[in-house]
Amino acid sequence: MTTASDRNPGALLDRSDERLKDRSGAKGAIRGFLDRVRSGDLGSLPVVVGLVLICTIFQTLNPVFLSPNNLVNLLFDCSTVGIISLGIVCVLMVGEIDLSVGSVSGLASALLGVLWVQWGWPVALAMLAAMGVGFVTGCVYALLLNRLGMPSFVSTLAGLLAFLGLQLYILGPTGSINLPYDSPLVNFGQLLVMPHWVSHALAVVPGVLALALGYRKAQRRQAAGLSSRSLGGLLLQAVAITVALELVAYYLNLSRGVPWMFALFVGLVVAMNYALKRTQWGRSMTAVGGNREAARRAGINVRLIYASAFALCATLAATGGLLSAARLATASQQAGTGDVNLNAIAAAVIGGTSLFGGRGSAYSALLGIIVIQSIASGLTLLDLSSSLRYMITGCVLAIAVIVDSLARRSRVSHGRA
Amino acid sequence: MAIPDAPPTTSRPPVLSLRGISKNFGAVSALTDVDLDINAGEIVALVGDNGAGKSTLVKILAGAHMPSSGSITFDGQPVTLANPAAALKLGIATVFQDLALCENLDVVANIFLGRELHPLRLDEVSMEVRAWTLLNELSARIPSVREPVASLSGGQRQTVAIARSLLMEPRVILLDEPTAALGVAQTAEVLNLIERVRDRGLGVVMISHNMEDVRAVADRIVVLRLGRNNGIFLPGASNQELVTAITGADDNAVSRRGRRTAEKAQGEQP
Repeated sequence: MTTASDRNPGALLDRSDERLKDRSGAKGAIRGFLDRVRSGDLGSLPVVVGLVLICTIFQTLNPVFLSPNNLVNLLFDCSTVGIISLGIVCVLMVGEIDLSVGSVSGLASALLGVLWVQWGWPVALAMLAAMGVGFVTGCVYALLLNRLGMPSFVSTLAGLLAFLGLQLYILGPTGSINLPYDSPLVNFGQLLVMPHWVSHALAVVPGVLALALGYRKAQRRQAAGLSSRSLGGLLLQAVAITVALELVAYYLNLSRGVPWMFALFVGLVVAMNYALKRTQWGRSMTAVGGNREAARRAGINVRLIYASAFALCATLAATGGLLSAARLATASQQAGTGDVNLNAIAAAVIGGTSLFGGRGSAYSALLGIIVIQSIASGLTLLDLSSSLRYMITGCVLAIAVIVDSLARRSRVSHGRA
Repeated sequence: MAIPDAPPTTSRPPVLSLRGISKNFGAVSALTDVDLDINAGEIVALVGDNGAGKSTLVKILAGAHMPSSGSITFDGQPVTLANPAAALKLGIATVFQDLALCENLDVVANIFLGRELHPLRLDEVSMEVRAWTLLNELSARIPSVREPVASLSGGQRQTVAIARSLLMEPRVILLDEPTAALGVAQTAEVLNLIERVRDRGLGVVMISHNMEDVRAVADRIVVLRLGRNNGIFLPGASNQELVTAITGADDNAVSRRGRRTAEKAQGEQP
C-alpha cells in the first residue's frame, strides 16, 4: 500500500501526522490541558475551583470548618449520599435519569428496620432483601422504558411518589424504628475508622498502582510503536499522589481517622470507574448515551444496557439508604426525603457527569458529593436555617448545570462533543 | 455502450450473485426479478431514481430485509441472509448513509464498537495499533485516533465508518450514498478510499445519485428503474444514456431542460 507523503517516516505510529501538535514533555502537557479547557472539555476543573472557593469562604467565616474532626464527620456524611450518586452517574451515562433514588433509599432503610428489628431476620439477609428490592425497581423502570417507551423522567417520578408511600406504609403508625446501637452495622455507619497504620498503608497503594500499571502500559505502547509517557512523568505523578494522600491520612488521623464507610464508598467508585472505562460494558454505556442508534447498529444490546444502568442505580440507591439508616441508627419516615434525591443528582452533575448523556466518570460522584456536603456542613456550622441552606444549595446546582451546558456548547463549536 | 443482460467478462465466478430477486411490501412490489453480480475487486454502482429500489436491494444484501422470492449465492453457495448478523458473518459489511458513529467516543472506540478486544479488560494498545494499521492501509488522513469523532470532518468520518466495516475482513462492502453530504475535496478523498478498498480485492457496491462520482470510480453501473433491472453500463457511457435508462424515456425532465438551455443559448447568439 502507498503511504502518504506527509507522514514523517520513522515517527511513532500515532505521532506521524504533521498536523498534530507536539504534546510531549511537561510543557506540552500543560499546553494540552489549557487547550482542552478552552475548548470546553473542563473535566473536574470546576469542582476543584469550587472546592477551593468553598473552603476559603467557610474557613474564614468559621475556623472549625477545616478542623480534622469536622472533616471526618464530613466524610461519614459523604459516603451515604455519595453511593446513591454513583448510581446516578450510571443512568446519566446512558442519557436517562432516576428521580426516585431518594425514595428507594428510604424504602430500603424502612425494609431494614422492619425485617431486621421487628421481624428478627439476620441483618445480612435484611440488607440483601432491601438491595434486591432496589434491583427489581431498576429492572421495572428499564422494562417500562424498553417495552412501553415510557420516558425514565416520568416513570421514576411516579416511582418517587409510590415508593415514598410504600415506605410510610411499611413503617406503620409509629413512623420510626430505632436500630440497635451496639450492632456492627450501626457501628460501621457511625464510628468505625481505620487504625492509623492501615490508613497510611492504604494511602501508598494508589501511587504504587499508578506507577506499576502506567509503566507496564508505557512499555506495551513503546513495543507497539505508539507514543508513551516517560518514566519521569509517571514517577512524578505517583509521588504527588502518594504525598497528597499521606497528608490527608495524617490530617484525618489527628482526629478519629479515616472512616471505613468512606473507604467502602471510594472502593465502589474505583470499581465503577474501572467498569466504565476499561470494560466492554462501560464502552457500550458511553456509546448508548452518545448515539443510541449507532450503538444498536454496532450490535450492542441497547435494552440490556439500559436495564443494567437502571438496576445498578436503584441497587446502589438502596445500599446508600441502608448505610444512611446505619449512620442515623434509625429507619424513619424522613429517610430519603427532602434533599437526598437532588443532592445525589446534583453531586453527579457538579462532579462533571453530563445531564445529556455519554460523558462522565465515576469520580464525579466522589468529587461532587464532597462539594455538596462541604456546603451543607459549612452552612450548618454557621448555624444557618435550612431555608437558607436549600436556597444556597439550589444556586450551586444551577451554576453547575449552567457550567455543564455552556461547556457542552463550547465543545460542540470546538468539535469535541 | 449498454451491455444489457450481458454477464461480466471475467473467468472467476462472482462473489455475490442475485438472481430473480423480488420484494413485495403489501401490494407494492419494490423489486421485481432483479439480477445482480458482484465480483471481487470490482466497484458496482447502483443507480436509479428515488423509489427505484436501490435501498431495498442493499437492505436485502445487508440482511435487513428478506426477499419475497429469488436466490442469493455467495461464493457459488446458495445462502439466505436472514438477519444483519448472518450477512456480516458471511462477509458482507454495510456502511449506512447516516454514518452511525458515536460522536463522544474516539476513533479507536468507534472502529471497535461492539467488537472490543478483551471485553473485561479492554486491550487499548492492540486496538490502537490495529486502528492505525487499518487507516494507514487506506492511506487515510486522520491526525489522531484518540480524538473524539466529533472533531473530524465529514470525509474523515466516512473514512472511519469504512475502516470500521473493514475490521471484520469482509468480502463485499455496501456503501449507501458515501459522498452524499461531502464537499468537493472530501468527495475526492472518499472516492480514492473506495478505489483502495477495491484494490484490496473486495467487491464494492455503491449507491449514488451523483453521476459524476459514479462514472469516476465504478467499473460497472447497474441501473434500476421502478424495481427492475434497466441496463448495465460501463463508466464510459454518456450522461444521456444513463439518464435515459434511469428515467426510462428519451423525453425526460433532464433532456427537456438540456434542450431548453441549448435553445436559449442559440437564441442569445444569432
